[in-house]
Amino acid sequence: MRRRSGKTAVTFLPENVTDRAVRPQQRGPWAALVAWWGPRPFAQIAVLLGLAALLLWFGHNAAAALHRAGISPGFAFLGRTANFQIGEAPIAFQAGDTYLRAIAVGLLNTLKAALAGCLSATILGVALGVLSLTRSRFVRALVRSYIEVIRNTPLLLQLFFWIALAHALPGPRQAPAALGVVLSNRGIFVPALTAPEGWALPLAGVGLALISAILGNRILARSIGRGSALVWILAVLAAGSVAISSGVTLDLPHLQGFNIRGGASLSPEFAALVFGLTIKFAASIAEIVRAGILSVPQGQREAARALGLNEAQILRLVVLPQALRVIVPLITSNFLDLAKDSSLAVAIGFPDLVSILNTTANTTGQAIEAVFIMTVTFLAINLSVAALMNRYNTRVALRGQGRGAGR
Amino acid sequence: MIGFKFRSGDGLRADLRGLALSLAAVVLCLLVLRELADWLLVQATFAGDMATCRAAEGACWPFLVAKLRFILFAFYPTDQLWRPIAVIVGLLSLMGVSALPRFWGKGLLAGWGFGLAAAWGLMSGGVGLVPVSVNDWGGLPVTLLLWASCMGFAFPAAILLALARQSRMGGLRVLSVLYIEVMRATPMVAILYFAMLILPLGLPEGVIFDKITRAAIMTALFFTAYLAEVVRGGLQTIPPGQAEAAAALGIGYWRMVQLVILPQALQKVIPGLVNLAIGFLLATSLLAVIGVFDLLNAAKAATTDPLWLGFHDEAYLFVAAIYFALCFGGSRYSLWLERRLARG
Amino acid sequence: MSTLQTFRNAARTLAAAAAVAAAVLPTFASAGPTLDRIKERGVIKVGVGTTPGFFAPDSAGKWQGFFIDYGRALSIAVFGSPDKVEFTSSSPQQRLPALQAGEFDVLLSGVTVTITRAFKLGFHFGPTIFYDGQAILARKDLGVKSASELDGATIGVQSGTTGELNIADFFRKTGKAFSPVTIEDTSEFLAALESGRVDAITQDSSDLVGKLQQLKKPDDYVLLPERLSKEPLAPAIVAGDDRWLEIVNWTVYATIQAEEWGITSKNVDTFLTSQDPAIQRFLGVDPSLAQDIGLDPKWAYNIIKTVGNYGEIYERNLAPLGWERGYNQLWTKGGLLYAPPFR
Repeated sequence: MRRRSGKTAVTFLPENVTDRAVRPQQRGPWAALVAWWGPRPFAQIAVLLGLAALLLWFGHNAAAALHRAGISPGFAFLGRTANFQIGEAPIAFQAGDTYLRAIAVGLLNTLKAALAGCLSATILGVALGVLSLTRSRFVRALVRSYIEVIRNTPLLLQLFFWIALAHALPGPRQAPAALGVVLSNRGIFVPALTAPEGWALPLAGVGLALISAILGNRILARSIGRGSALVWILAVLAAGSVAISSGVTLDLPHLQGFNIRGGASLSPEFAALVFGLTIKFAASIAEIVRAGILSVPQGQREAARALGLNEAQILRLVVLPQALRVIVPLITSNFLDLAKDSSLAVAIGFPDLVSILNTTANTTGQAIEAVFIMTVTFLAINLSVAALMNRYNTRVALRGQGRGAGR
Repeated sequence: MIGFKFRSGDGLRADLRGLALSLAAVVLCLLVLRELADWLLVQATFAGDMATCRAAEGACWPFLVAKLRFILFAFYPTDQLWRPIAVIVGLLSLMGVSALPRFWGKGLLAGWGFGLAAAWGLMSGGVGLVPVSVNDWGGLPVTLLLWASCMGFAFPAAILLALARQSRMGGLRVLSVLYIEVMRATPMVAILYFAMLILPLGLPEGVIFDKITRAAIMTALFFTAYLAEVVRGGLQTIPPGQAEAAAALGIGYWRMVQLVILPQALQKVIPGLVNLAIGFLLATSLLAVIGVFDLLNAAKAATTDPLWLGFHDEAYLFVAAIYFALCFGGSRYSLWLERRLARG
Repeated sequence: MSTLQTFRNAARTLAAAAAVAAAVLPTFASAGPTLDRIKERGVIKVGVGTTPGFFAPDSAGKWQGFFIDYGRALSIAVFGSPDKVEFTSSSPQQRLPALQAGEFDVLLSGVTVTITRAFKLGFHFGPTIFYDGQAILARKDLGVKSASELDGATIGVQSGTTGELNIADFFRKTGKAFSPVTIEDTSEFLAALESGRVDAITQDSSDLVGKLQQLKKPDDYVLLPERLSKEPLAPAIVAGDDRWLEIVNWTVYATIQAEEWGITSKNVDTFLTSQDPAIQRFLGVDPSLAQDIGLDPKWAYNIIKTVGNYGEIYERNLAPLGWERGYNQLWTKGGLLYAPPFR
């Protein structure tokens, strides 16, 4: 872009600066398009064409290079058999299945890690954010130093540390077991429920108990003004007896052969990855929560205190709901970063999407396709998380505004 | 600084709870510190070779002494080490000067331009200096230089991109939104794989960029998208009246951006920019994944020497300390700056 | 704004964009065969990895190792000096695409020769300089004597190698189950074995011997006797430059032939007076052979004098880590190393 002389009309302005200057004279789709396209139409087209030419040139070169290397571009390889094994697969996978299935396994693993990470980072982050505002000087300093250490060292190094810690747990034969939980370097094993005769009946029973409990509580609330814990206890008992009578049993982890079998397990790699992401992102979430809480005016708390609410209630009913308006948009970008950073799994051996695409590219030579799949998938994940969080954000914001307008 | 504290009606109980929490925290801290001191000092080996270190439980200091040169400078020729040292000192002092608001201005920008060019020139040689191939660069100077250069490219590019995203020109707006969103949605690892695997394919046969340059190009493009979003945040805070006033005075667009819009917009987002810059410095450690000998990767490679095999803990802790020193300084500075700017 | 002016602006923008594009585009180097490129550049670009013994930086920041010495030998063959070579470390995932892209003139990073790589990926391989096979290193306390007893075990695999495929094939063939833990980072890979996260790790046996040395208690592990695969490691180049391939071939053969004749870096000068015509041709005392093939008459002499013969290279780099010669022994001593005649 060349600098224009002072006399030329102001163009290329920040949107809010020039909105008032835009005066579409005619209506109609063409006019609307022209107005939307804005000033200097041909220069814009030239820039777009130039970029397109650059991309074409790049693509042309790449096609030639691939041809020289004897690789035929395209996604046909997805249907071919992948002769490697994946250590941790939410859906059944074995060597000999297709690459497509392998990639699906990787995607599910990424989603699993990202979801678990977001959830636990939020919980820890909120707790730390609240703690960073307590009266105890020492606790505040401690939270502060936690945040500083975590934020100022590379995540990759932190993951190396956590995986080392996970490996430092004792082996399966020496692992301590208490209450059916086994902590070993093969993973963290917890008791799990199994239903040899199928899950349909027990699930239906539990669902029924849940629904009747909710309904029961509603009715109670209407008649006597509040719900009762008794309803829930009854519902849990009912659900439990249905489940046991329909064959649900508790599967305890136990040593068998070289490994611990039974129960549900978190692999050390998964645990280390989620732990590392949690610790890292809890630090930044804590900062956001702290800022959010501080954004709520002091007077509100004093008013709530005057109404006789206790500290926990003030936090839960007055401060947090308002702080959320500040917090949610900022946390959203943290979630997105977390999802992206889960790709560091490749360094510590968790078979996430990036790690599996890596192996795929290496065994098939289809590097372009692999990076393409990687980018498109993460774009899709990001856009959907952003869309979800935006909806939530609108709800939080609207509720707040609605209340304000009602006054 | 702390805006409020949770006060409880029952002061005594709250104090007791605080005391208990504090005590638990102290005990935890002491335990961690004791473990660390035990490993670093009590059980550590201070002199000897690999065999003596292997026999002991604690840290191996002789390893660090032997490998310090490699971790910091990697393959750079030993007789030319003053050059990377000068680059480190130069870049760090430029950062120091940039930290003081009283130096902000055109002179500083020119200083950075000159400093970066000088740093690249000094590292690569020529003009009376022994040429050193980019291939042999490594360690701390590479981490710092890549980071500073990528920032140096990304900053002006991000301003243009942010202006484009806010502009009335639909085509440029769409382009800018597309670029920013795609880049921000992609993990840096994927971007680096692109630099390694695909970028070379897209160049004509026989045209080859070395690994560091390729990584630098893609990293700079990656940083640009993030910076652009921060800059846009600043642009949005400028009241429209200012631009209208400037237009009424007959000031051209670029002069207006330069004199009116940017100085205000950038001032508002400086703390955000500093935080982002710290994040980027940490992100350069990902270059290790694609085999560039940055600080982290040099530390890793130092553990493969048959004479000093496998002292990973020592190597990693050492570079973690360097990253921490740099970034902690940065984040303290950012806090100080935020307060200072808030004061006006 | 008038239409004419708009057009003028557009044209100006386009011209400016073209100028910028022309300035940004990298300059073209000669796209000729590899050897031309090497000579023009004055330096050979070699892709390596980081494995102790094969290729690792020493404390002074210099590359050392078995494959590194072959890189230096190539530099002597082409330029007469061991220093006209530039080593670049490349991870297993990137080395083949990087070679395809022409980033290296030769890959000396322990690449296994396979039919796919030769046909489909368009590589040529030089002579095998290291015969290897994938093996399993298991913890002794498992009490297993052979790989077939590892049913249900957890096995560490390093990503980006043929190892990932071989181990899956092996267990499929024997109908046994295993769960893999695929790790990219070498130190994490070892830590997984040491901590007992995995029962065993699998890698090329040479690599495992090197890794064994990095473990805190090497005696707690046992190398199982099976070889799951053949892993001939050879220099790889991009197809299309026959002369470069021959230089790579005969540089390797020269080190093997020298060992067969008992010529070492220390005694090579005494062979200059040898009456054996073959040795005279080999060392360039009789320059006729070198003239026929167009190399410096002293090329083989210089390689042996500077880098040494195969046995010396092996002893210097690999023996300290506990490597046995195994198959990597001269054919006259029951190994697989065999150099065609220098005639």
